[in-house]
Amino acid sequence: CLYLRTEWALSSGQGGSSVHTNAGRGPSPASSPPFSFSVSRARRVNPCSGRRSGSCCPSVRMSWPALYAQLVGANRHSTSLGKIWLSVLFVFRVMVLMVAAETVWGDEQSDFVCNTLQPGCENVCYDQFFPVSHIRLWCLQLVFVAAPTLLVSMYVAYRNHGDKKKLLENSSRTGFLSSRSPEEELEALKRRRLPITGPLWWTYFISVVAKLLIEVGFMYALHVVYDGFRMPRLVQCDQWPCPNLVDCFISRPTEKTIFTVFMATASSICMVLNGAELAYLVTKAITRSLCRKKDGTLTSREKTWRGTNERSPGSLRCCN
Amino acid sequence: MPLTPPAEPDPEPKMNWASFYAVISGVNRHSTGIGRIWLSVLFIFRILVLVVAAESVWGDEKSGFTCNTQQPGCNSVCYDHFFPISHIRLWALQLILVSTPALLVAMHVAHRRHVDKRIYKLSGRTNPKDLEQIKSQKMKITGALWWTYVISLLFRVIFEVTFMYLFYMIYPGYKMIRLVKCDSYPCPNTVDCFVSRPTEKTVFTVFMLAVSGVCILLNIAEVVFLVGKVCSKHLHDAGDTSMGAWIQQKLRLL
Repeated sequence: CLYLRTEWALSSGQGGSSVHTNAGRGPSPASSPPFSFSVSRARRVNPCSGRRSGSCCPSVRMSWPALYAQLVGANRHSTSLGKIWLSVLFVFRVMVLMVAAETVWGDEQSDFVCNTLQPGCENVCYDQFFPVSHIRLWCLQLVFVAAPTLLVSMYVAYRNHGDKKKLLENSSRTGFLSSRSPEEELEALKRRRLPITGPLWWTYFISVVAKLLIEVGFMYALHVVYDGFRMPRLVQCDQWPCPNLVDCFISRPTEKTIFTVFMATASSICMVLNGAELAYLVTKAITRSLCRKKDGTLTSREKTWRGTNERSPGSLRCCN
Repeated sequence: MPLTPPAEPDPEPKMNWASFYAVISGVNRHSTGIGRIWLSVLFIFRILVLVVAAESVWGDEKSGFTCNTQQPGCNSVCYDHFFPISHIRLWALQLILVSTPALLVAMHVAHRRHVDKRIYKLSGRTNPKDLEQIKSQKMKITGALWWTYVISLLFRVIFEVTFMYLFYMIYPGYKMIRLVKCDSYPCPNTVDCFVSRPTEKTVFTVFMLAVSGVCILLNIAEVVFLVGKVCSKHLHDAGDTSMGAWIQQKLRLL
């Protein structure tokens, strides 16, 4: 088999990781959760069934439910547009990729047929026209696009950690001040939804900008590598060792074009949602700073109370 | 790193539909009775049948598609000409799109809960038990939620009908033929190409079509039910007016 089957698991349940390459073995020490990465040699998967050649089936398989579990946790601190974006991402992109697109591209190399018996010609021509498969590009795109959200959840975890330490210090120094026990306070701290202000606003803003840039980058890369979103039926190839200009036929080009257009549309919808979210964040920040100027007479205690207890600062509520 | 032998042919698609089911069935709590029946029909007769049976029937659709020629490339080109998009992919897309309007309802319910929580907090009730109760109570389908629900039902019907029409356009008569004749380049002349398992595919196509029709009927029945409920509520409330009393009298005579 020419390819490795890679399993990525983004869950802390997975144990250590080791990396085996095609050339040789090179185990690496276990990585810390929540990321672990293991590579196994190729094995048969469903897209191979019924294939004439009976060769190994290369594919990259993601543990998408594990990624979903990670992102849903970060979802609590998102805006409504962010939550819609996550739903669109999982329903229209990840689901469609896993359920439909992977089977369409499953036989892309084995059914890439050139009008020649020359050994090596098909391999070389396939490699020339498909430097990176669509499926791999989309998997990478989805992983990179989901990554900035983890930045936000890391910041929230860091903030919760700091607040937890302060809470424990206060309760040990001064005893019970509130009616709730420390355990209840800690639980409330874990469950609370932080308002998107201050450093969290900047982290969130940067994560949305990063998502938008990554989406644009990948769409551009797909367009450049495949010269548009259309898959031709026939390509002509004259790489060595092909004897002369040979015709090579791509398998299922129409179905591939349909799915490429579908995924490009879903990607555009996500970009529009990200743009709208940026506009919303900026507008909210501007109105909040205008309100703050008007409420300049608040005492510092009222300001602190408002900063930690506001659920979702309304745009003009503080100005009433 | 342990090398685990493959447990079954491909557990991944089943797992993905299972996680999809988990997402969609959350909406079930706020549906009407007919809505719950629709969801069961969707999962048992469509998704389960698709995953368990239909995918293995269409598994070898390309490798089993044989043309009466040795010309390289002729098979691929003729397959692409007669099967622009496979039934399986169309059904998967149909099921995903048809289930999506339910997420609209889920978002509306979440928004309403959020608003209710804020109202509770503003009125001074911050008892965690009250807030938990808001999360678990069943929303009544009234007001703006009624409109969201009805619009989601109409979208479902539109998507179902659109896909049935697409099927008809791409595969006329919903029948899978045994033999197709093809003369696209590079086939040397008109060649006979044979489709694999045509009868089995026809049986499954007709089955999925019938279940799709049942789902459309269930959605229409749900719309009629909701509209009827609202009308009867209005009539009841307007019972003390002269117009309402007149209408009620006429209805009793029918």
